[in-house]
Amino acid sequence: MQEMVLDMGAKLFAEHADASFAAHPDDVTEGAVAWLAELWDQVEELGLPLALPTEVQGGFELPPTTALGLVRLAATQAIPLPLGETMIANWLLAHAGLPPAEGPASLALGPTLDGDRLTGTAARVAFGRHAQTVVLLVGDRLVRATGATVTDHSHNIAGEPRDTLEWTRAVETAPASVDEQTFRLLGATLRSQAIAGSLDAALSMTVAYANERQQFGRPIGRFQAIQQNMAVMATHVAAAGAAADMATDLLPDALVGTGAFSAAAMAAKIRTGEAAGTSAPIAHQTHGAIGYTSEYRLHPLTRRLWSWRDEWGREAEWSDALGKRVCTLGPDDFWPFLTRMGALA
Amino acid sequence: MRNFLDFPAPPILPRQDDLRRDVRAFLADTLGPDYGANDRARSWNGYDPAFSRKLGQQGWLGMTWPETYGGKDRSPLDRYIVVEELLAAGAPVAAHWIADRQSGPLLLRYGTEKQRRDILPRIASGECYFCIGMSEAGSGSDLAATKTRARKDGSNWILKGTKIWTTYAQHAHYMIVFCRTGDTDDRHGGTSQLLVDLSTPGITISPILDLSGEHHLNEVQFDDVRLPASALIGQEGQGWNLVMGELAFERSGPDRFLSSFALLNDLIRVLGTAPDQSSVRAIGRMAAHLMVLRQMSRAVAGKLARDENPPLQATIVKDLGALLEQEIPEIARTLVPVEPIPGPKQDFAYALARTLMSAPSFSLRGGTREILRGIIARGLGLR
Ligand SMILES: Cc1cc2nc3c(=O)[nH]c(=O)nc-3n(C[C@H](O)[C@H](O)[C@H](O)COP(=O)(O)OP(=O)(O)OC[C@H]3O[C@@H](n4cnc5c(N)ncnc54)[C@H](O)[C@@H]3O)c2cc1C
Repeated sequence: MQEMVLDMGAKLFAEHADASFAAHPDDVTEGAVAWLAELWDQVEELGLPLALPTEVQGGFELPPTTALGLVRLAATQAIPLPLGETMIANWLLAHAGLPPAEGPASLALGPTLDGDRLTGTAARVAFGRHAQTVVLLVGDRLVRATGATVTDHSHNIAGEPRDTLEWTRAVETAPASVDEQTFRLLGATLRSQAIAGSLDAALSMTVAYANERQQFGRPIGRFQAIQQNMAVMATHVAAAGAAADMATDLLPDALVGTGAFSAAAMAAKIRTGEAAGTSAPIAHQTHGAIGYTSEYRLHPLTRRLWSWRDEWGREAEWSDALGKRVCTLGPDDFWPFLTRMGALA
Repeated sequence: MRNFLDFPAPPILPRQDDLRRDVRAFLADTLGPDYGANDRARSWNGYDPAFSRKLGQQGWLGMTWPETYGGKDRSPLDRYIVVEELLAAGAPVAAHWIADRQSGPLLLRYGTEKQRRDILPRIASGECYFCIGMSEAGSGSDLAATKTRARKDGSNWILKGTKIWTTYAQHAHYMIVFCRTGDTDDRHGGTSQLLVDLSTPGITISPILDLSGEHHLNEVQFDDVRLPASALIGQEGQGWNLVMGELAFERSGPDRFLSSFALLNDLIRVLGTAPDQSSVRAIGRMAAHLMVLRQMSRAVAGKLARDENPPLQATIVKDLGALLEQEIPEIARTLVPVEPIPGPKQDFAYALARTLMSAPSFSLRGGTREILRGIIARGLGLR
């Protein structure tokens, strides 16, 4: 079943790889990628937005690594859709007893709540202009908001919309089962998975290129300097994948809040961010000048890596938070802290 | 092509929490309150047969082997817990380490029934120690260039040659020797592994001091040493496969990323509960790396538990692990303005000194960084 879902996802996203690439504007500093309406319709028809909620809640109750495995797969093809955001939004809504999202959804923080009205704006909301529903955390309330107004159209360096939104309509709210840090770490875990996917694709492309590109009468992949760099990249890609899954396995714990999910999610974002920073340069270096062009398909991957590692908390922020936890526990509890993680998975 | 980049989380087995609690209680009791960072940082070099025998009495050596051979039929995932707890506590594990980690498993898989019955129960009781006879002066990374040779004389083997860098040969009862038994041209097929009782006449073990002056390395000379036919492990000509199998055990465990753990732990103690931001950040980053490496290493153990041999995953963990192990002392010295002092056993300064002086070996022993990366590159389909 899980294999089937992932195979199906891989096939669907591969079929839309060309469309995703074509959705990028020529000059990424000028505008955002176009919306892939047809692909989103298929994603909804397949029920992917409801991958995480339980069957009783009207979802498919896929294991978290399968559900977010789809997010990883989408990233391998640089698919510009808020699939992960919509999955997490629906999961949070279901646990809060609120109705599922209409259409594509996103996650946001920022506004305050006054009765059933939101005041203030939410900045850099992923695909905000396309999100029919936005799930926000305001204090200890989970908010389901629709009908947003886009006050600023922006995007990241990969061209993914990152918009500022505000709301005038009444919203639905319910007690939230996550705090603000955990909410942000859910976003971070989506990015960790996406980074893992993007790295995976960049590695495949780079290995293929090294075996094919000839200089000095042989494939450049025969040169030991290239091999050593590729091996370094592979170790980081492997670590990123393991890190993202480590956090994802503990997703149910996010609702309970023992601290295991948050620690794992911090570690994952730190590790995947570092892997992105090490690996993207190796991919580019190995490709030479061709990889530096807009027509070659490496940049949709590497520009996402450079964006995603800074979204929902960069390495420095989560290192501070994780380090604080470790130092507060002190030396005697450091090892038990590390092993508790595995005991919960 | 790339399944080897997957590190699926292993299952949690029943009673593993109890096992972990038992090991911790045993260690707290056996090592005692005065076992400081300086002792912990020496873990691997800590040779203590009495400690090894106590572990044997607990049933924690050879614990994955069948009961017929002194084992406890436990899962490799249970063994993983014991091993990581020992290393995290910096327990003195050197005496039995190689026997439990790689020589025993090799004999279990390829040894004759007599070799298994004679030796495995003694390893499991913490009384029989092994060393690794792979490297030679002219054959380090290029293991297949080994020159030590065993020739047949009637039903005996006559072994001649010199092994080097042999950890704890001076205390070990046996060495598994990788040597030539066939054509010199047949680099892989002409090799075998022999089980050598180190009390056999004709063997000279000479110490080599490491850069800190400690004696754990040795040169071992075999001067026409006469061995029984039964010394052969597996088949004649199978040496290369056997040695590769051994290296997979050697590269896969938590010993490949916890070597500097004692220093990191002591660094957290010295920094206190509310250090400055750059310290907090560095600790958080190293904790993240450790958490991920542990996850990857447990995934390798999970594969071993399913009878898979994941040599590439093990290689990746070892390469990443050695990087972290070598980074820890460098980061520690930027955060704490203390000079490494090898003399008086002041905890932090001494642990720093120990770890700094061990660090170069982390990316040499068990296969150098460059060799590991060559293996990974081959796994990727390059060359
Ligand atoms: C603490 C310690 C304990 C050890 N214990 C044991 C033991 O118990 N038993 C045992 O048999 N051995 C043991 N060894 C030996 C260890 O396995 C070897 O040191 C290792 O295999 C490297 O061999 P070498 O030292 O001869 O270095 P070399 O092989 O001479 O390598 C020197 C340098 O050249 C590089 N190099 C070599 N070939 C290549 C290549 N093809 N491409 C790129 N670079 C290359 C290496 O990476 C390294 O940087 C131990 C070593 C240490 C440090």
